Amino acid sequence: MRKFKEFIIEKLILLCGLASIFFVALIFLFLLKEGIALFKYVGIGEFLFGKKWYPISEPPQLGILPLILGSIMVTLGAAVISIPIGIACAVYIAEVAPSKFKEALKAGIELLAAIPSVVLGFIGMVTLVPWIKQVFNIPTGLTALSGSIMLAFMAMPTIVSIAEDAFYSVPKTYKEGALALGATHWQTIYKVLIPASSSGILAAVMLGIGRVIGETMAVMMITGNAAVIPKTLMQPVRTLTATIAAEMGEAVVGSEHYFALFAVGIVLFVISFFINVVADLFLHQKKV
Amino acid sequence: MNIEVKDLNLWYGQFQALKDVNISFSEKRITAIIGPSGCGKSTLLRVFNRMNDLIEGVRTTGEVTIDRENILDPSADLVVLRKKVGMVFQRPNPFPLSIYDNVIFGPKIHSSKNKDGLDEIVQYSLESVLLWDELKDKLRKSALSLSLEQKQRLCIARLIAVKPDILLMDEPCSTLDPQATQRIEDLMRELKHNYTIIIVTHNMHQAARSSDETGFMLLGELIEAGKTEDIFTYPKDKRTEDYISGQYG
Repeated sequence: MRKFKEFIIEKLILLCGLASIFFVALIFLFLLKEGIALFKYVGIGEFLFGKKWYPISEPPQLGILPLILGSIMVTLGAAVISIPIGIACAVYIAEVAPSKFKEALKAGIELLAAIPSVVLGFIGMVTLVPWIKQVFNIPTGLTALSGSIMLAFMAMPTIVSIAEDAFYSVPKTYKEGALALGATHWQTIYKVLIPASSSGILAAVMLGIGRVIGETMAVMMITGNAAVIPKTLMQPVRTLTATIAAEMGEAVVGSEHYFALFAVGIVLFVISFFINVVADLFLHQKKV
Repeated sequence: MNIEVKDLNLWYGQFQALKDVNISFSEKRITAIIGPSGCGKSTLLRVFNRMNDLIEGVRTTGEVTIDRENILDPSADLVVLRKKVGMVFQRPNPFPLSIYDNVIFGPKIHSSKNKDGLDEIVQYSLESVLLWDELKDKLRKSALSLSLEQKQRLCIARLIAVKPDILLMDEPCSTLDPQATQRIEDLMRELKHNYTIIIVTHNMHQAARSSDETGFMLLGELIEAGKTEDIFTYPKDKRTEDYISGQYG
């Protein structure tokens, strides 16, 4: 009887374990099936590199280049802001901060990660957006720059906590060795600690970027959602994610528009899959 | 370069790790500090390049003079001190860089302009530790790919490249096999012509074999110090005698 119980429990756990893989496979297959249906109507090159996204005109024009560029622009902007600040913050927490202040900082970073993106979005909408409009004297503050700044806040916690772990995993002996050779604290940090933890830092950066590129709510609220090819950070853009979120509700099931949104989903899936794989490679890179 | 230690006391928080230590180290000699683990010998060694500063809650009193300067003075320049007093650690700790970059790490942080002459420094330093012939063709390889003994030699070469006067060695052979240990000891005897060497070891045979002078420590106190042959043949203190005859430790 006891053996039977063990058997049942083991199989149940196995089932739960398999479930996650099963659901991922299911989601991917569904996405693939619905997305690929689009290519009966539109060529893949036309879809990826088409410059016009007019899904409800007749006939619909389904080029997602503006959306891809919008996502890239917002992500790059957020990366440029969050990577230096995030890494510097991790260095400060891991190496410089006195222990009490360190705890406070870490708690703050965790809290930042806990803020729902919609809250960040509306805070951005009422504070950042008018400010940008005023400072740069442009017709609207709903721009790629606003999105980048808000998303930088979302990427920061990921970057800081993973980079910080990377610093802690550097053997103490490296630091002692450098200091004993007469290196200053700062020389030790940038000549030994940062190179020694570079793979962890790169993983932190990739995961931070992954977080940004998949983010939807905040960007939808503050980037202005204009599906045009962006020329500067100071104009409205529309990202891949925001497009799906905004249009899925009104797309007619089975229409080209509907399939196109799924195809956008595939593009996003491929991008974040790629980023995660790269981050994973860095994280599990064997030290030579 | 002489080191004079006068009435040195050191506390980790409430715990007193060094008690009234008085000793002097003479130039271009090898001095061994022996004693059972926890006796404070590593702590004493780490006073000489102020590595104890890394630990929170350390307090010292007394005076340690190197080159007529009290290095315990809060205003002492640690960069200058550590350039003068190099340290070899228990576990070889080359940086995860190439062999070449490990050797030039010190010279590069100490002089910003002098970019040429680095090749000569690398050759000279590696020759000093008898690694040049083995490694001259793989200078660009990662230092982490070396054997333990080669790593430890590289760490010594890395110090020599900054031209120190004093070498502190904290159980430099404890991770090495007997043959490698012997070769490192040979190297130390080579190096003493140019450097003042202080070695901490709990291997009494190593101290007897390789040092000129020996100090014995117990529970934070320096029990006795003198010529190595005297300490090992006619110890003045009963506790020293007990230790070297293997009664404890």
